Amino acid sequence: MKDIAIVAFSQSDCLARAGAANEVELIMPQLRAVFSQVGLNNAQDVDFVCSGSCDYLQGAAFAFVAGVDALGAVPPIKESHVEMDAAWALYESILKIRMGQADSALIYGFGKSSSGELPIVLSQQLDPYYLAPLWVDTVSLAAMQARMLLEKELITERAMAQVVARARMHGRNNPHAQLGGEVSVDELLAAPTFVSPLRESDCAPVADGAAAMIICTPDKAREWGVPYALISGIDHRIETHNLGMRDLTDSVSTRLAAQTAGVSRGPVEVAEVYAPFSHQEIILGRALGLGDETVINPSGGVMVGNLMMASGLSRLGEVFRRIVSGEVSRGVAHATSGPCLQHNLVAVLESA
Amino acid sequence: MSEDTAAVTRIETPIYLKYNFTAGSAPARFLARIREGVLTGQRCPRCANVYIPPRGSCPACGVATEEEVVLPDKGTVQSFTVVAIPIPNNPIKPPFVIANLVLDGANLSFIHLMSECENSEVRIGQRVQAVWKPSSEWTHAMDNIRYFKSIDEPDVPIEKIGKLPLSGWEG
Amino acid sequence: MAKLAAVVGIGQTHYKTRRSDVSIAGLVREAAVNALEDAGLGWDDIDAVIIGKAPDMFEGVVMPEIYLTDALGCNGKPMLRVHTAGSVGGSTAIVAASHVQSGMFKRVLTVTFEKQSESNAMWALSTPQPFSVHLNAGAGGYFAPIIREYMRRSGAPYDVGIKVAVKDRLHGARNPLSHLQLPNITPQEVEDSMMLWDPIRFLEACPSSDGACAMVIAAEDLVQQSPKPPAWIRGVAMRSEPTMYAGREEVNPQAGRDCAADVYRQAGITDPRKDLDCAEVYVPFSWYEPMWLENLGFAPEGEGWKLTMSGATSLDEGGDIPWNCSGGVLSSNPIGASGMIRFAEAARQVRGDAGDHQVENAKLALGHAYGGGAQFFSMWVVGANKS
Repeated sequence: MKDIAIVAFSQSDCLARAGAANEVELIMPQLRAVFSQVGLNNAQDVDFVCSGSCDYLQGAAFAFVAGVDALGAVPPIKESHVEMDAAWALYESILKIRMGQADSALIYGFGKSSSGELPIVLSQQLDPYYLAPLWVDTVSLAAMQARMLLEKELITERAMAQVVARARMHGRNNPHAQLGGEVSVDELLAAPTFVSPLRESDCAPVADGAAAMIICTPDKAREWGVPYALISGIDHRIETHNLGMRDLTDSVSTRLAAQTAGVSRGPVEVAEVYAPFSHQEIILGRALGLGDETVINPSGGVMVGNLMMASGLSRLGEVFRRIVSGEVSRGVAHATSGPCLQHNLVAVLESA
Repeated sequence: MSEDTAAVTRIETPIYLKYNFTAGSAPARFLARIREGVLTGQRCPRCANVYIPPRGSCPACGVATEEEVVLPDKGTVQSFTVVAIPIPNNPIKPPFVIANLVLDGANLSFIHLMSECENSEVRIGQRVQAVWKPSSEWTHAMDNIRYFKSIDEPDVPIEKIGKLPLSGWEG
Repeated sequence: MAKLAAVVGIGQTHYKTRRSDVSIAGLVREAAVNALEDAGLGWDDIDAVIIGKAPDMFEGVVMPEIYLTDALGCNGKPMLRVHTAGSVGGSTAIVAASHVQSGMFKRVLTVTFEKQSESNAMWALSTPQPFSVHLNAGAGGYFAPIIREYMRRSGAPYDVGIKVAVKDRLHGARNPLSHLQLPNITPQEVEDSMMLWDPIRFLEACPSSDGACAMVIAAEDLVQQSPKPPAWIRGVAMRSEPTMYAGREEVNPQAGRDCAADVYRQAGITDPRKDLDCAEVYVPFSWYEPMWLENLGFAPEGEGWKLTMSGATSLDEGGDIPWNCSGGVLSSNPIGASGMIRFAEAARQVRGDAGDHQVENAKLALGHAYGGGAQFFSMWVVGANKS
């Protein structure tokens, strides 16, 4: 099966409000950045384009159609879209390359979550007959999950705060971070709970923005003469929507995907996991089988800036950057979707 | 299910979500000027086509449009339809004419209402001009123009529609 | 090179205005179970599920694949959700096929649906947004001016659309799943129906339907495990262009022409009218048949209407290249599924399994879908033989 190389990645700053910018204006700077990393002009220079977005974030049907205006799609291009995080747009692009219909692909994701109330909007992801009419928001569901972990003594509130403190510390070195800085675990624990047992600091901030990536075959990367990282394994799995039937203290689908992707086949130097709530990072670390030798979320992860529909792709991008810079030679990236980590994607990246 | 229990085949679960809609930086510049009754298009730096209303990029080239071009409120019918379908909560009573109109000096049409004309006389190439609401009612919106009306100028030949200069059409 | 893949199972629901007998989950499951039964398989035989639908606002469920996991037996499996506007039914089939053609999966289930009765599609398509004019004209308001421009250019007589409207409903009357059942429809009846968006009359427009369509796609080495003949996937193509740009050809979009050329090249087709036995093409307004006949290379530019008027696309008139034998979008239109129904009906023809709307001895068929402002295209060619 064909190897897949990542050759370029860019993401916007995580902004609580992107001001007047619309979708096209959020996307264009990121596309320009990845094109210039490889020396391309526009989407005409790649074989396939795939994007990820969600209409309900902006509250307008066909949000992604406006995205096409950023591409320079004249003459027409081969293009597709998933109503998911752009990590799954990456997955679709890999299929396209492996079936031989493309040697290269541009992937992007974008969202303007500040237009609405994200936790409320996402409550409408739930079963439309039984759950959605109750308007159970994502923070409340995550809080119930955290409560189960605490009651079963699988985590402590201190451990959750440690996740946050470490993320903020890492965020200081991330130029795109929305939050970052030194904060002690005790300071975090002194704050009141927000949706108990969660404190506000346990929840990822909501950000507007976009991210873009270019992938290709290794042959193409050498032809372009750019450094690259290889995706040596990738898989994604979904679990039942019925929260009562899931063991919320574990992430079975992450475990499965990690196995197929081959996470344990070598040392994991860094892992970028998409954990919008602090306790979920702990669940994911365990499901991925990560130990002390792994630096988790060296970018600060989504706890310092969460670009809805692009954060999953950004996790791969962060590991890619560290591999091509020579900082590490093998890492894991993870993306999630749905309430309480219902759907998870795991990728293993290695130096070429 | 017992026989005396009717099956539930439908429940009403209305969804209300509030959004703060943002137009975009480029559209915002357009809207700031239309508030003053001025129509401002934006030119693509690569292909030089002028877009109104601007949306932030030239869709053909995928680059941001920056240069602004003030346009007249006269234009040409590129195509049209007479809408007769009744749509709930529609304030406009059918039948009404909506047309793809392209302003002089612009290269892309937009959809707007046509009125003060016989529906049966609307035709491709017809010359039109904006009928504005009173300036006291102007807001940051395209419907500061109430509709377009037919004007007494010769029709534009098909091949010239969308390619007229700012100075308009003398026939 | 792509690995060989084939459609080994097809399942549809029946289509109607309101399927109040099932939930959204019940609707997609009905199609999926039918497809599995058709393929002689069970849920455990499926490696991944690829789901597609048009905008979430049509049902008011955000990213509904999350909720539909259980109904589609997907627990512990990969699930992907495609959305490419009206072409989504076709592009979902293509993304599903790529799972197998890439060699990464052996057998996948793909499902598309729309339950328009759960919300208001006309509203979802024209949600009022600040700053722009609220014309509330629906999809027809966008396409009617383009059709008018086609009529002007081609000089086609006024009744071409009427002919298509009658033909596709007569085809639909042969298909028991079809939403509209109008076996006695006449040209006069179409002409007398209300003018909605001039020149589109009521009976020249598609209905609004609830429904779902599913397919099982398998790798070459597993095809024999399913009892019915396979439909081999001989070519797949997608193309997109922006909704509007200066100088855009709206009547005969370049994205459609390029997409057709691509899929024909893969399938070894040089003359589509001669080489193909039939086609299922996305025609939501009757005039789009002559327009797409030209766009897809079945007729020279400006002459598609002549093919229609000659009866060449009619099963009842014994035409040489029947279009939309199932009744097409004009007879059933669950938007998100409409494209996949075209792809699936093309496959039914080459499997020799199309019942009363079977084209005799069909060996090669085209499935086609388009969406947005006629800017997103997806097509496949399926055959009774591998090459």
